[in-house]
Amino acid sequence: MNFYGALTIKQKQVVWAWTFLAVPAIFYCLIRFYPTFNAIALSFQEWNLLGARTWTGIDNYTKLFADPVFWKVFKNTFIYLLLGTPISLLISFVIAYNLDKVRFMHGTIRALYFLPFMTSTVAMAWLWRWFYQPVPIGLFNNALATIGIPQFEFLNSTTWALPSILAPAVWAGLGFQIIIFMAGLRAIPQTYYEAARIDGVGSWTTLWRITLPLLKPTIVFLVVLSSIGFLRIFDQVFNMTSNNPGGPLNSTKPLVLMIYETAFSSFDMGYAAAQTVVLFTVLLIVSLTQLYIMRDK
Amino acid sequence: MANSASIKGSSATLDVAKTMPRRNQFDIGQIARWVLLFGGGILMVLPIVYMLSTSLKWPHEIYNLSIIPDEPTLDNYVYVLEDGRFYSWFFNSLIIATATTVSAVIFDSLVGYVLCKFEFRGRMIVFIAILSTLMIPTEMLIIPWYMMAKTFGWLDSYWGIMFPGVMTAFGTFLMKQFFETVPDDFLEAARIDGLNEFEIWWRVAMPMVTPALAALAIFVFLGNWTAFIWPLIVTNSPELYTLPVGLTTFSVEQSVEWELIMTGAALATIPTLIVFLIFQKYIIRGVVMAGLKG
Repeated sequence: MNFYGALTIKQKQVVWAWTFLAVPAIFYCLIRFYPTFNAIALSFQEWNLLGARTWTGIDNYTKLFADPVFWKVFKNTFIYLLLGTPISLLISFVIAYNLDKVRFMHGTIRALYFLPFMTSTVAMAWLWRWFYQPVPIGLFNNALATIGIPQFEFLNSTTWALPSILAPAVWAGLGFQIIIFMAGLRAIPQTYYEAARIDGVGSWTTLWRITLPLLKPTIVFLVVLSSIGFLRIFDQVFNMTSNNPGGPLNSTKPLVLMIYETAFSSFDMGYAAAQTVVLFTVLLIVSLTQLYIMRDK
Repeated sequence: MANSASIKGSSATLDVAKTMPRRNQFDIGQIARWVLLFGGGILMVLPIVYMLSTSLKWPHEIYNLSIIPDEPTLDNYVYVLEDGRFYSWFFNSLIIATATTVSAVIFDSLVGYVLCKFEFRGRMIVFIAILSTLMIPTEMLIIPWYMMAKTFGWLDSYWGIMFPGVMTAFGTFLMKQFFETVPDDFLEAARIDGLNEFEIWWRVAMPMVTPALAALAIFVFLGNWTAFIWPLIVTNSPELYTLPVGLTTFSVEQSVEWELIMTGAALATIPTLIVFLIFQKYIIRGVVMAGLKG
């Protein structure tokens, strides 16, 4: 206490700062940084969870890049991203843009769109899985049957299984994107629109020349966030294809499911770690590229 | 991350709709717009409605497309709840999500506060170090976490499920942003009044950022309530499963009894839906705040 009393106010601040940071510092070192380097190290090793960890150099990576299943999975992961992100952003922007102009029951309509975001992914995966079942069980095929359209394979088709899994993911995420878009729209000063109106600019031009450019920070944020989400898709796939993980001929298998199976079904920890390093690299490249492309000029 | 001056503070203007000009109120385009939006909204909740309706149907009726069951029954709920496991899964999820939320809110705001209001060497390095962890996907850490949990005997325990989430870089960043809005004069005045630094943080600064704390709490809670891959890996005994993991197991067991699966799904969904309907305004505001500043 005497020692503390002799310190200047500035020095006391330093003592307090590090006292407050002590537990968090241990946490970040032990639970974030150490595991990160451990995962990278493990990716150059072979380990089956029981024996010793042995260094194998880049063997895991050469094996991975020579594995046709990996390339299939890699492609699937990007299909989730390349379909999911533009579709969900387009739909949510159109809804947000229009909802912004509606006052009657505004809050209720907003709540309707937001509701699916509050659900549990696993519960929704099983719900949609039921929708996709063949006649006479699944809702969609029953509905198609009533209007005389032949039934659709959905999850059993190698072409349509992936979009079928993507649909509930897009659906559940729309609410969040709509809310963020609307907040972005509200942040654009009304004076711009008034000026445009006085100058006789049409609403289409206003949208392209004023709204979208000013919305750029919001768009960048949502593109990055939803890309990361789709690249890491797992819960939906795992639950909707639990009888045949990854769908017919791996047609729906994303990278995270491959990682899960390699690590916790085959116990090939080093190989799985190499896959996580690839996932990390992909996420890093995709987010940095998007931030670079959409940066403020 | 992708934050900018132009969207800052927009959360306060979320309900600006009320002040929008009235002119277009009755034109045809506006009515069509409303009808389409409303129809779309109904379509959005229709899947959830079907889940609830099927959970109230008898097995022979689930093939029926009608939303209102012919003979509604609570039998499925009785059956699923008699099983007993749902109670413990629900309880586990509740405890874990609550404890993690309390921990993350306290630690994230403490670290955010220190990084915002304290002058010391290494502050920038600490900030960048924490921020950089946002770039690391959970999936990459799962294998080392699993090894760690195995070594320390944390597998199959509440702590094992919780430990990766007791602090979040996202929350730290969010809270740092919000503490910027607390004027230094307030803190200085408290210091002159003889409060120590802990009291200044807890009794002066924290009450000034309660909306942000609420926003963070909503996000952390929802994230932990629906978390799937880590609880799936770290738990083995069914009595320690969280609700999502339990629901997966339960649904795989039932396989073709869709009315029971829908009942389980409904039981996992209804609590958050009720919470949303009650606190709708705060939740949406919180999501905007967390989304835009985070």
